[in-house]
Amino acid sequence: MTLVLLALATWAAGWALASRLANGPGAGTRAVRLGLPLLFGGTALVMWELLVRGLDVPRAILPPPSAIALAFGQNLGTLWADTVQTILKGALTGYALGCAAAVLTAILVDRVDVLRRGLLPVGTVMAALPIVGIAPILVMWFGFGWQSKAAVVFVMVFFPMLVNAVAGLRDATAMQRDLMRTWGASPRQALMALKLPAAMPFIFNGLKICSTLALIGAIVAEFFGSPTVGLGFRISTSVGALALDVVWAAIVVSALAGTIFYGIVALIERGVTFWHPSQRP
Amino acid sequence: MRGKVLPVLAVVAAILLAWTLAAIPMNIREVLSQAEREGATVQGGTAIERRDASALGLVLANPSLALAGWSQERPRLPSPHQVAIELWDSTIAEEAFSRRGIVQSGEFSKKSLIYHGGVTLSATLLGFAFGTALGILLAVGIVHSRTMDLSVMPWAVVSQTIPIIALAPMIIVVLYSVGVQGIIPKAIISAYLSFFPVVVGMVKGLRSPEPSQLDLLRTYGASAAQTLWTLRLPASVPYLFASLKIAMAASLVGAIVGELPTGAVAGLGARMLAGSYYGQTVQIWAALLTAAFLAAGIVGLIGVAERRVLARMGAPA
Repeated sequence: MTLVLLALATWAAGWALASRLANGPGAGTRAVRLGLPLLFGGTALVMWELLVRGLDVPRAILPPPSAIALAFGQNLGTLWADTVQTILKGALTGYALGCAAAVLTAILVDRVDVLRRGLLPVGTVMAALPIVGIAPILVMWFGFGWQSKAAVVFVMVFFPMLVNAVAGLRDATAMQRDLMRTWGASPRQALMALKLPAAMPFIFNGLKICSTLALIGAIVAEFFGSPTVGLGFRISTSVGALALDVVWAAIVVSALAGTIFYGIVALIERGVTFWHPSQRP
Repeated sequence: MRGKVLPVLAVVAAILLAWTLAAIPMNIREVLSQAEREGATVQGGTAIERRDASALGLVLANPSLALAGWSQERPRLPSPHQVAIELWDSTIAEEAFSRRGIVQSGEFSKKSLIYHGGVTLSATLLGFAFGTALGILLAVGIVHSRTMDLSVMPWAVVSQTIPIIALAPMIIVVLYSVGVQGIIPKAIISAYLSFFPVVVGMVKGLRSPEPSQLDLLRTYGASAAQTLWTLRLPASVPYLFASLKIAMAASLVGAIVGELPTGAVAGLGARMLAGSYYGQTVQIWAALLTAAFLAAGIVGLIGVAERRVLARMGAPA
């Protein structure tokens, strides 16, 4: 009971500190912008630990963060092998191939008007479909290895990326396109000098959306069959063994990988589209 | 409208044609092995040599046998007409003519995709309702409290970089162990996937009124609640609908994935999993297409509602 009260006290203290910081004089500074979310996360972790211990939640239902950290440390080697299998081989390969294919298709679609009018609505519908459903089929075609995961990721990222890239290639205004024409630019020159740079914010938006889709695709595909390594495999077998601390450790790994992946894309975006209003301070 | 329909139809027809043609080389190896067992002469060497040969070459070497690729019982890639027949058999035909169907037994057949689609759809809609309500509440909180804006919003973004679906098996097993089962765990996964688009869209929408409009309400002495009801919420409706469409699609994915790890016996995800275990490819494709029609259908309905509501609210047509 004391622990539960302590948890509530932690929450109150965290909230008081956070509102003090958010409404105080230093609210706009970088330190506060970074510190507040960390404070929130830290408070949530402490509350989780205290509540789980205070209410005697069984380990098989919700392990406390300390147990998860312990499992994470003990299984570092296994989890690293899983990461290599699922993320570096499966997700990244499919992501790179899928996004590249989508951008190339978008360039073609942008060139041919009939394709744009016909393929774009179909692409929009496809982007909204539960594409994870093709995972069992692709696992059947490409086997249990990482190739089938890459194939699932490829199909999952293709349509969202295509829709974004096509929208981006059309973002250059009529005035700008006219300017290209008056200069006598060839279609290729217009593409390289105007359309592709103008499309970059959209393309990076698509890349960011697809970075999370890629992880989801690779993990879900492992539910349908995998070698005895991989994050999805680890999660589904550990759930079966009720080793929930290992499951949470695997989830921490995928969350870390997802955040890092997203962060890298966002960093590259800042370098490439420094001119865009959303990137200016 | 007409300028749009024709190209779309052409693209769909091209996809169907490519699919039909692809079914021949995809299935050629099984077709040839089967023909060989039945005593036909097969070009292209023994079964082992054929395994490494190119599929297209095998089709060209055995043109008369290759067309059987359209009528395999368990094809690697079923042709569209096989899937269409399976769809018809497991919906209309099953319900109308089978003794398990609704016409003769009074309830939907457990073998029909209408029943399985209904199971998935109910979890989808429940999760969608949860997720949307949670998303709108969070967005209202974020817009009104600077503390929440600074400390919660980054975590909402991080929560989406976590492959939520990785949590699905655990959520289901854990809830099962405390006695919650059936539709609720699936709905929770759906809600988790669908709240984020709503939060992002609604925060943008609630902040979309112009400063001059907000100033006007301030001169009227409107309270924060009055500002919310009379200005912010109406202004956010277009953003809400755009997010609802994304959230609905995400919610359906969540419901289907929620059926995968638990060995659920009902629902489209369960049909896919069973089809994958028993090599019933046609069944997987039929379930997949049903899910596609469901998604397109509800997103279309939201689109209709969007047009109606926005027209009533006086948006330019």
